[in-house]
Amino acid sequence: MSALVFAEHENGALRPATLNAVAAAAQMSDQVVLLVAGKDCGAAAEAAAKVAGVSKVVKVDSAEYEHTLAENLAPLIAQLAKDHSHVVAAATTVGKNIMPRAAALLDVAQVSDIIEVVDAETFVRPIYAGNALATVKSSDAIKVVTVRGTNFEPVAAEGGSADIEDAGAAGDAGLSSFVGQSLSKSDRPELTSARIVISGGRGMQNGENFKMLEEVADKLNAAVGASRAAVDAGFVPNEYQVGQTGKVVAPELYIAVGISGAIQHLAGMKDSKVIVAINKDEEAPIFQVADYGLVADLFKAVPELSKALD
Amino acid sequence: MKVLVPVKRVIDYNVKVRVKADQTGVELANVKMSMNPFDEIAVEEAIRMKEAGKATEVVAVSVGPAQAQETIRTALAMGADRGIHVVHDGEVEPLAVAKMLKALVEKEQPGVVILGKQAIDDDCNQTGQMLSALLGWSQATFASKVEIGDGELTVTREVDGGLETVKVKTPAIITTDLRLNEPRYASLPNIMKAKKKPIDQSTPADLGVDPAPRLATLKVVEPPKRQGGVKVADVAELVSKLKNEAKVI
Repeated sequence: MSALVFAEHENGALRPATLNAVAAAAQMSDQVVLLVAGKDCGAAAEAAAKVAGVSKVVKVDSAEYEHTLAENLAPLIAQLAKDHSHVVAAATTVGKNIMPRAAALLDVAQVSDIIEVVDAETFVRPIYAGNALATVKSSDAIKVVTVRGTNFEPVAAEGGSADIEDAGAAGDAGLSSFVGQSLSKSDRPELTSARIVISGGRGMQNGENFKMLEEVADKLNAAVGASRAAVDAGFVPNEYQVGQTGKVVAPELYIAVGISGAIQHLAGMKDSKVIVAINKDEEAPIFQVADYGLVADLFKAVPELSKALD
Repeated sequence: MKVLVPVKRVIDYNVKVRVKADQTGVELANVKMSMNPFDEIAVEEAIRMKEAGKATEVVAVSVGPAQAQETIRTALAMGADRGIHVVHDGEVEPLAVAKMLKALVEKEQPGVVILGKQAIDDDCNQTGQMLSALLGWSQATFASKVEIGDGELTVTREVDGGLETVKVKTPAIITTDLRLNEPRYASLPNIMKAKKKPIDQSTPADLGVDPAPRLATLKVVEPPKRQGGVKVADVAELVSKLKNEAKVI
């Protein structure tokens, strides 16, 4: 049997998280089929066909898939799933929104946010904000799985030459419509795939002070993140949030500035290769996971760090 | 319009979770339990709808053991009008909960069901979407703002890249994100009043649902421990370590 992977794409290109999902799917099944649904999604389907290890691309080009509305996509996925043993998506906000709806239409359980494939029906997933790891085995005929990208090395975007097959649309459910979006524009790397991340917490005191972190980020080609406290306080927008309920990151280097290190935040970054903590409170729990801790006033240390990187 | 709010009893978010020595799960005995924080946000949103004259009644539902009644009482103390307790001991997965909620929705006929986007115990993030699928309703997940219109809701959603706004037809499912509101604390008089509010009891069998899990948990283990590192004296030492020892910059 084969694994059907729901591809996320924009402007004719695949989103990076899809390549991590393909990598996980390849461990579940020999055959990986990519589903590219969208409006005028020909270029995205072409890109999908080049992904290493993909055996087929199913393209569904129809107006109701212009936006990733779960009410329209879930019935399509459920319809196509019948030919597959696995249905896989990245555990992004898109995947999290759509996949449980598809699973319920198929009357199967979903295995959320897996970090390891043990075998075709057995997966490891974090529970309790990553404070425990559960190994679960699915007895359902179709396994619906979402994948934590940081735990699977992405497959190569080039090198494959899969056939593209057109499939029929499932129709507009007529339940919902897209109104608009406000997405942050930044030239910095995307938070979940950046090699270096620098995050600020409540200790930053206000949004204006995040400019100090941005300055360092630009010198290191890093992404900027934040703790929940900083987002709740309105310093930075929600898409900066790293943690149990925000984004999970695992960069080569994670620099936590003015972050105390609540377990909910650690859940989102403790798989980083090297962790640096800068905090004036030497008792802050962040120091227990930091490879390098600097007990200092961040308002002195961060400008110094920026200068040292020139 | 009636609003249904499912609430889950979970280990309190401040508690350090411990894995059981026999690897069957986490230690639940003598551990402080609370309402799932996302569900508190859901209850708050429902009460605000009622206070704004948009909702007529708020019904809190919980599936769980006898103690889940305390979680329903918490919702009642916040301002929900009555409760429904589906008594069930042992593990229950999102799909089975969604099926029970579907049966209750068909009986209660709410205009909106508001759920937390995920429970902080199993971190599944599934029940709202599954309930929506089973009912054939629209779904507005990860909501940070909800405006009630005529036969529709306009909902701002927290997505990976920022914010997205969708319009969904009612009846609808909403799942809450952190920034939707700040839940109130129940006042002492309201806690007293909540003791008199009615809670109906039901069982999965009454609702025609088989609660048997579809996933077998083979083992639960602690994640590998991260070794604490060293303290550096100043920024110069930090930069030097990152360059020469860790070689990451």
